[in-house]
Amino acid sequence: MPEPLPRASWTGYLRPDGRKGVRNIVLVIYTVECASHVAHAIAADEPDTHVIGFPGCYDNAYAIRLMLALAQHPNVGACLCVGLGCEYTQPRLLADRVAQSGRPARWFFIQNTGGTRASIEQGKQIVAELRQQIQNTPRVPMSWQDLVIGCECGGSDTTSGLAGNPTVGSFFDALVDAGGTAIFEEIVEAIGLRDFLLARAASPEARDQLTAAYDKAVAYCQTVRQYSVSPGNFAGGLTTIEEKSMGALAKSGSRPIQGVIKVGQAPPRLGLWLLDSVPDEHFMQFGYTNPNDTEGIMDLIAAGSQIVLFVTGRGSVIGSPIAPLVKITGNRATFQKLHEDMDFDASRVLDGQATLQSQAQELAQLLAQIAAGQPSKPERLGHREYFIMYKHQNTPPLDVGCRA
Amino acid sequence: MNPSPARTAFRVHHRDNVATLLAAAAPGDLIELRGPDPRAPLPSREAIEPGHKVALARIAAGEPIIKYGITIGYATCPIAPGQWVHLHNCRSGYDERSSTLDPHSGAPTDTPYA
Repeated sequence: MPEPLPRASWTGYLRPDGRKGVRNIVLVIYTVECASHVAHAIAADEPDTHVIGFPGCYDNAYAIRLMLALAQHPNVGACLCVGLGCEYTQPRLLADRVAQSGRPARWFFIQNTGGTRASIEQGKQIVAELRQQIQNTPRVPMSWQDLVIGCECGGSDTTSGLAGNPTVGSFFDALVDAGGTAIFEEIVEAIGLRDFLLARAASPEARDQLTAAYDKAVAYCQTVRQYSVSPGNFAGGLTTIEEKSMGALAKSGSRPIQGVIKVGQAPPRLGLWLLDSVPDEHFMQFGYTNPNDTEGIMDLIAAGSQIVLFVTGRGSVIGSPIAPLVKITGNRATFQKLHEDMDFDASRVLDGQATLQSQAQELAQLLAQIAAGQPSKPERLGHREYFIMYKHQNTPPLDVGCRA
Repeated sequence: MNPSPARTAFRVHHRDNVATLLAAAAPGDLIELRGPDPRAPLPSREAIEPGHKVALARIAAGEPIIKYGITIGYATCPIAPGQWVHLHNCRSGYDERSSTLDPHSGAPTDTPYA
């Protein structure tokens, strides 16, 4: 049995739909690349104002689900949708849907407003009004059971599977035991572990979902003839995808897996969940499973993660909008070289200075401080990397599986 | 106990027949084992880079290579304790192409560049 998490409570933001956030953000959403400059200029120098959007002119159901999930995230208080005026994706419909969640939501078209400068001016005016509206958001006590925490790994090295991911796994076990919710993803990095994965299903339904997600991932890798392992991984000592998979899966800990969610869905119950971001069959065969780390992080945030953990052995300098990203490395040299970017040194377990459980406890203390408002390293540095792509997934409507 | 990190390997699970080098080992170096189930040190038979694996037991051709307590691949030839375990003597049960990669750099050898 792992040590229980330290007692922690902090004051969060209670949204009209009942969700509880650890930040109070105004989100600016562009609905086509043509509106992205204006959207970024609106958010520039505005406190707690982040930007997401979709670059394509032709719309995509997957991308709209993803943006709607982000706009109704627990950390988001209000949103402004900015369109050019001739694209398929409709800012008015996005704003209407977000307004149904009780969040103030506004929209406008640049073509109706009068160009770059007039649109930025109007946008900044609206953002100021929205910020005013969410200033008095009710505050509410929060603790572990109110948190959804996601975990992604990238820039992995041999320490990721030995120290970084197992430390998160140990923390996830304790978080689940404390009544919280944990999400891991990267099913293409579970290849070779079918029996191991299925044995952790919490129910027959979960087993069916895990089977479908696993078999789809294997078929995907066979079709594209590419497994999620690269020359750099081999040079670093990883020999097979099975070995890399086990190192990646270590971040899920050891608790039963409640089921599989797809992109834009939130876990319908507490506990440990797998997020499946692999494209489903579609006549266009478009989409890609993990084009970069930021895509996976955005998927975890869209699932309602108020905080996301990013395990990186080699080191990385990304952050994320909406939810604080917390960077963990199991490589001491990386922690020292990138100390301004890395939040947590998980390498001490390798030289016997710490145990996985003691590191999990320390990580929990850091996360409680970040949940209480202390900026993570990427937040402090102003990182808000964002990525979205055309993709197809067979997903039920957003309301299904959305936790209040 | 020699605390030198230069000859330390991490064994994750008590079933494992390989351990991961935390720093480089030269032929003849005594490798100390860390992890939840420590074992007696063993001599390295060859140069092994950090992050790479050393065999802890005799492994016959076709037998599983076990790390994290699970099968991560299969020996393609007999492997002696203290030997380097990598692409040249271990194959994936899934990814056939990985056995064709250069064991030192991981670079592909099957793509024509002409």
